[in-house]
Amino acid sequence: MSDPTITPALIADHGLSVEEFDKIKSILGREPTYAELGVFSVMWSEHCSYKNSIVLLKTLPREGSCMLAKAGEENAGVVDWGNGLAVVFKIESHNHPSAVEPYQGAATGVGGILRDIFTMGARPIAVLDSLRFGDPNNPRVRYLVDGVVRGVGDYGNCFGVPNIGGETIFEEAYTGNPLVNAMAIGIVRTDKIAKAAASLTGAPVMIIGSKTGRDGIHGATFASEELSEKSEGRRPQVQIGDPFTEKLLLEATLEMIDADLLVGIQDMGAAGITCSCSETAFRGGKGIHIDTARVPVRELGMTPYEILLSESQERMLAIVRPGCQGDVERICQKWQLEAAPIGVVTDSGRFTVDHDGKRQVDIPADSLALGGRVPQYKRAERRPEYLDQLAAFDPLTLPVPNDCGEALKRLLASPNLADKTWVYRQYDQSVRTGTAVGPGMDAGVVRIRKTNTALAAVIDGNGRYCYLNPRRGAQVAVAEAARNLVCVGARPLAVTNCLNFGNPHKPEMYYQFAECVRGMGDACRAFGTPVTGGNVSFYNEDPSRAVFPTPTIGMIGKIEDLALITTADFKEAGDGVALVGATKNELGGSEYLKVIHNAVAGSVPALEFEAELRVQRFVANAIRSGWIRSAHDCSDGGLAVTLFESCLGPDDRLWGLDADLSSGNGNLRPDALLFGEIQSRIVISFELDARERLQAAAASDGVPFWFLGRVASHDRFRLHPYIDESIGGLRAAHLNAFPALMDEVKAATAA
Amino acid sequence: MMVTGTVTVRLKPGVLDPQGQAIRRALEQMGFESVHNVRTGRTFEIQLDAPDPASAHGRLTEMSQKLLANPVVETFSVEVKS
Amino acid sequence: MRVGVVTFPGSNCDYDAYAAFRHVLDYPVEFLWHGDADLHNVDCVILPGGFAFGDYLRAGAIARFSPVMRSVIAFAETGGLVWGICNGFQVLLEAGLLPGAMRRNASMRFACQWVRIKVESTQTPFLLGCRKGQILRMPIAHAEGNYFADEDVLDELEDSGRVVLRYVRADGTPDPRANPNGSRRNIAGIINAQGNVLGMMPHPERAVERILGSDDGLAMFHSLVGAGVVASGVPTQTVKPVERRAQV
Repeated sequence: MSDPTITPALIADHGLSVEEFDKIKSILGREPTYAELGVFSVMWSEHCSYKNSIVLLKTLPREGSCMLAKAGEENAGVVDWGNGLAVVFKIESHNHPSAVEPYQGAATGVGGILRDIFTMGARPIAVLDSLRFGDPNNPRVRYLVDGVVRGVGDYGNCFGVPNIGGETIFEEAYTGNPLVNAMAIGIVRTDKIAKAAASLTGAPVMIIGSKTGRDGIHGATFASEELSEKSEGRRPQVQIGDPFTEKLLLEATLEMIDADLLVGIQDMGAAGITCSCSETAFRGGKGIHIDTARVPVRELGMTPYEILLSESQERMLAIVRPGCQGDVERICQKWQLEAAPIGVVTDSGRFTVDHDGKRQVDIPADSLALGGRVPQYKRAERRPEYLDQLAAFDPLTLPVPNDCGEALKRLLASPNLADKTWVYRQYDQSVRTGTAVGPGMDAGVVRIRKTNTALAAVIDGNGRYCYLNPRRGAQVAVAEAARNLVCVGARPLAVTNCLNFGNPHKPEMYYQFAECVRGMGDACRAFGTPVTGGNVSFYNEDPSRAVFPTPTIGMIGKIEDLALITTADFKEAGDGVALVGATKNELGGSEYLKVIHNAVAGSVPALEFEAELRVQRFVANAIRSGWIRSAHDCSDGGLAVTLFESCLGPDDRLWGLDADLSSGNGNLRPDALLFGEIQSRIVISFELDARERLQAAAASDGVPFWFLGRVASHDRFRLHPYIDESIGGLRAAHLNAFPALMDEVKAATAA
Repeated sequence: MMVTGTVTVRLKPGVLDPQGQAIRRALEQMGFESVHNVRTGRTFEIQLDAPDPASAHGRLTEMSQKLLANPVVETFSVEVKS
Repeated sequence: MRVGVVTFPGSNCDYDAYAAFRHVLDYPVEFLWHGDADLHNVDCVILPGGFAFGDYLRAGAIARFSPVMRSVIAFAETGGLVWGICNGFQVLLEAGLLPGAMRRNASMRFACQWVRIKVESTQTPFLLGCRKGQILRMPIAHAEGNYFADEDVLDELEDSGRVVLRYVRADGTPDPRANPNGSRRNIAGIINAQGNVLGMMPHPERAVERILGSDDGLAMFHSLVGAGVVASGVPTQTVKPVERRAQV
């Protein structure tokens, strides 16, 4: 079988521009081979090279006292935890694969992010997921939701990692192109952190895990183009996940690292063998030579091109200490995994590949790896015209609902605010016996064994805000993540991000991207939370539209004492309830506007970092002082929804509420007061005799403190004079809406 | 007439079959060393009314394409007995 | 008494069971390897939760043929204590140490949630320290926990007091609303005729500390540890009283 001739059409099919092809020729000093064209194609795709984003990403704050590795240096961010431990965490998207095969796309997304964590020697202790879909009344959307949720669940459940939180959001902009972002967190002893570098000449290079098949060839290029009718035809590229093998790979990897058998190790994700070899070679300042004929394959007749580009899952590239190959093989045998030597580390600085004695690839490693000589572009930006039109919309011209109780009920039953137990019931939340706070709360909390500390984590985005105002939307996403962590008793430490945008070659899209990155940078600097790494996903468009610009923020925080873990639910009848933070006449971009008035418009709520920090510090101090019994971020759905959520105790317990909103609200419209998503606010509850202490502290900290009323043991949810409903009735609407919607899903096709 | 059809759904050749792989390893360990490969699948026995076996075959093929098989990763075969 | 927790490839609650003894009760415990037929003279074998061999084919179907299971079967037949939790229960059914079979949950979905189970009988070392009628709150996490057996078998299990754990509501009623997976007669756990083999779908090892949401599962661990004297005939190590502390 001879290789195809390289024509302009073939080059274009590989997603390379004419200029890029010229650059390849000048790097090589000759025409590339077919295999080399494939290698450049995947390594220079956005997914691997960040070529359209890296210039801007470098403006994000990446330094912090808690950091053990800078962004981009390793597979994931590394944060110093104390007690000789480090926390490793990262987020990644699997949007395009999930759009065409939701079950496997989501499953392999979780698998990929878990490998990023344990390839560093860390044992995964939690995952979170952020999912965005179109209108769930659309049957195709429900099919996607069903498959994605099963995929996320089945993979993590079998692997044995708890899912501790996430979000499931519905918005028409994601109809053809859902967003599936998964975050994983692991813990490692600082002296056992593994490097993804091939830093020792002569060290054997081994491939470990599953055999290599034809799956996912060109997945990285696939992720870097818009979805179209043609995408359906590309379906066979979707990889199949095998969480059982991944679990074995985890145990084997940690055992090899613990026994100090490895110089370096990197997981194989996008661009498989090619990416792991060239990146580890580049990081180690070395070269790698492999023979593709030595790679264990699943199918006969695989070409070097296919072997190099395969994205078969559950594989690792191990750079083995000389003399330790036998030990590596023994451990892999114990865990029933393939392990084959495929090459060696060289000091050539080049990635070279032979097949059956014939040279297939000979490329300088630095021209392939991020941080090396891959192309970097800053694209043209143009402010989209829709921004001013939508911002000009004044929600305060809309009529106030006659029946605010009815409006609340509709909001609670709307897809974004409805109870999502249907989703996370399908995820194992308690395996590993560390979960102190699970999904559905402000943030998830896992205890760190053998210490008195716990880790809090949250994943948060707001595509609608970013669509209306990219910079402020991104700022709000970071602020909200930090606020969520503070509410559970944690100090925010560091951020990872997943940037989901449209085609960067379109100036309006690039503007959205650039503005969001700037907003994220503003906020991360204000909160002192460095960005430790992340993932960029462009080309999230279907033929009719682009997704809302959606930076997903993953943030972790530290709870210094397990006694400080705080939850959102009220604890005792008779306790006082207060709102911390100022309330204003703001309704722009709210769920209320969308659900009740069918409008996605208006000004995104204002955010002032100083005021936000004052509110967060006040609540953090109150928790530390033991003054409050619950804290809940007041955001999506506004004050009424937040208060309702605090009435939901564990084990189906419902609290009543007697709150008086008639005083102290100035000239607020009732709907802005009840449903406005004004930022920098937290609802707290406390024993009544703490009220004066709290009020005094708030006054001295310059934080608005509004005493609303008391937790009750009766069945009424009273926000006098606007709402007086049965809490049981509200809860029924909230609880039943989503399952009722989803139970129309037909039997899943997934395995 | 009442027709009984059997639809067999298998993973496409080349698609990873984790289940088949695990079963092969287990068989090997139980002493069935001669086993090279295991591919799993599912069968559906479907009874339906149809004017003749050929049209039953057509309906079953349609069902397979639409629901029983996932065209992304699976192929199917239809057999009709009357 | 000596406790061993089996690790199959794909077990993922083996460490959790281990930790309940080691870190919560401060009680000695060791791991047993699926490929090793030697049970290391333990008095109690725990078959933990997870996805042994990926749960491919049927949950527990492949694990049942592991070398360790040959020994576990012989051990159980001579009165040794065997406790199968979740996937371990599925393995016990496949191995024929307990009657019946597991089907996919009635919802056809994985279910992770808190349940209440009622102790219907304490005639087994695993529940000796509980009260008959006591209600325990702990999580389930499985896709195939829908217990099935013929009516005759179910009647026999009931008549001989071998249905020891049943899904119930807070007031103790075992009605369909309390049934998370469609199990016949709300069955959550059964024992063999001698009472030395227990299979249960809920996870007591995930309910051993207040910080996890419940410590009701401790009652079972205490029963077992206290039962050591009876089972092995040798004095048990003194068990430290459980501290109601919020951390390990």
